[in-house]
Amino acid sequence: MTTARRKSYGVKGAPYAFLLPATILFALFFALPIGYALWLSLHKVQVKGLGLGSGARKEVWAGLENYKDALSDSELLSGAVRVVGYGAIVIPVMLGLALLFALMLDTDKVRLAPFTRLAIFLPYAIPGVVAALLWGFLYLPDVSPFYFVLDKLGMPQPNLLDGGPLYLALSNIAVWGGTGFNMIVIYTSLQAIPAEVYEAAKLDGATPLQIALKIKIPMVAPSLVLTFFFSIIATLQVFSEPTTLKPLTNSVSTTWSPLMKVYQDAFRKGDIYSAAAEAAIIAVVTLVLSFGFLRAANSRNKQEEAR
Amino acid sequence: MSSLAVRKAAPAAGTTPGTAQGPPLRRRIAFVPTLTLLLGALYCLLPVAWVLIAATKSGRELFSTFTFLPGSGFTQNVKDLNAYRDGIYWKWMGNSALYAGLGALLSTAVSALSGYALAIYRFRGRETVFGVLMAGVLMPPVILAIPQYLLLAKADLTDSYASVLLPLVLSPYGVYLARIYSSAAVPGDVVEAGRMDGASEWRIFTRIALPMMVPGLVTVFLFQFVAVWNNFLLPYIMLSDDEKFPITLGLFTLLEQGSNTPALYTLVITGALLAIVPLIALFLVIQRFWSLDLLSGAVKS
Repeated sequence: MTTARRKSYGVKGAPYAFLLPATILFALFFALPIGYALWLSLHKVQVKGLGLGSGARKEVWAGLENYKDALSDSELLSGAVRVVGYGAIVIPVMLGLALLFALMLDTDKVRLAPFTRLAIFLPYAIPGVVAALLWGFLYLPDVSPFYFVLDKLGMPQPNLLDGGPLYLALSNIAVWGGTGFNMIVIYTSLQAIPAEVYEAAKLDGATPLQIALKIKIPMVAPSLVLTFFFSIIATLQVFSEPTTLKPLTNSVSTTWSPLMKVYQDAFRKGDIYSAAAEAAIIAVVTLVLSFGFLRAANSRNKQEEAR
Repeated sequence: MSSLAVRKAAPAAGTTPGTAQGPPLRRRIAFVPTLTLLLGALYCLLPVAWVLIAATKSGRELFSTFTFLPGSGFTQNVKDLNAYRDGIYWKWMGNSALYAGLGALLSTAVSALSGYALAIYRFRGRETVFGVLMAGVLMPPVILAIPQYLLLAKADLTDSYASVLLPLVLSPYGVYLARIYSSAAVPGDVVEAGRMDGASEWRIFTRIALPMMVPGLVTVFLFQFVAVWNNFLLPYIMLSDDEKFPITLGLFTLLEQGSNTPALYTLVITGALLAIVPLIALFLVIQRFWSLDLLSGAVKS
């Protein structure tokens, strides 16, 4: 890292001046809202008398009451269970496919790689709402080609927008939207492996499959860990896809995911205090899970290095 | 730094196919990988192909003809879309372009300034500032969006263009990319030489460093453009006046109304198609400028 030795007044003040816009924005749109949310989560509204007139509604200290209520809220809990089930499908399938495609792209003599790479990456450019909308129509028996084919074959036609299949339907949207981006991340780190690394294995007569399993996958492990980490964060926050499917089916409730429940409480019920506590809990759980995973993965890596 | 490693290593990896360049025999095609990738591409293109065809169908054809049979109603569908509420659809598109374009531009500017400062200068509190900014990337949007709404409501700023634009200007990820890129692309000697010539710090930044940072900043811009264009939660929370909606929120409300009146389905479908065209076009045109290796190289370290 090269830096200036010679300091003048201008040089000393410059970095602070350059960082001023970011600092102001951080204070206004990150620090202040987080502080305010925490403050709200520890308060509640007390209504005096009939709650009419000014001063009848007062914000009072609630301690951990909102948190206790949120943690014993069955709606929030069942939303969390649904999202964990959804994540258990999305994350392994999406990252498994991303790794598979990345390895295939990295194979010798593969054809049409630029076209397929772009096609698989394309869904990244499509907003989650539009993706959910497109798939939502593809799940509707009246307009879907799948149902048309099933109908012609005389096969049973499952309802994709209800019960268990609904999880698959929602997971599919996330897998479709996220595979390409993760594929590019993994593919890039595959490209960074110097060719010499494979040469020895090739001379020893290793098959492409062996090279993929024994050399490539361990070498891209750090980027797999990171894609996993970011996928956990994104999955636990799922909001727009189930919200978009809601108009197409009655099976997606307004509180399907924990985030949707927070939205309902804050803006439909107008209880911003409970909503703030719920949001804080979701944030903490997200951070604990994602960092817990990161630590577990890192300590395993270290153990393997030590061996 | 890792982005440099990626850049240097890329040609080395590229030599692998060179060793395999034999006669162009059919057998030399890796069959299984090619087929797997083609299936993946088919899966990813399927909904796009569907919407392309569905948008050509009239309302009656949509429910009566085979899905992948083109219909005859495309021009009528577009006309209907244009006529819907005096062309509000195009207002939504314009709003999205404004939110994403201006938002990404501001975001890139802030990222460039901060990333450059963090990469080039040594000063007290540098790593603290960086660490605090980076913590923002891990903050779930939900814990931010609700108090942001409440605070903006106190300033009487909700339901305005600013309420969707401003919270997204600071992108921790953008700052991160800009820092990595400027420490790799702007040599300290060049900055020092500028000082020797008596140029001010601001002048060194704008005239010398900024041009060197352009490829990295294009990545920041595009990343942020896509992030804002695809954002749903923030406008959903902030806006109630549908004249200010971005396209994602507009299509969503159209779909909500459409669930009661299937006549609106064709509008939603045509609207969805036209909404993805600009982004796909942007991708195709710009992918050569977009250093994706930077995007992921940065994620890696």
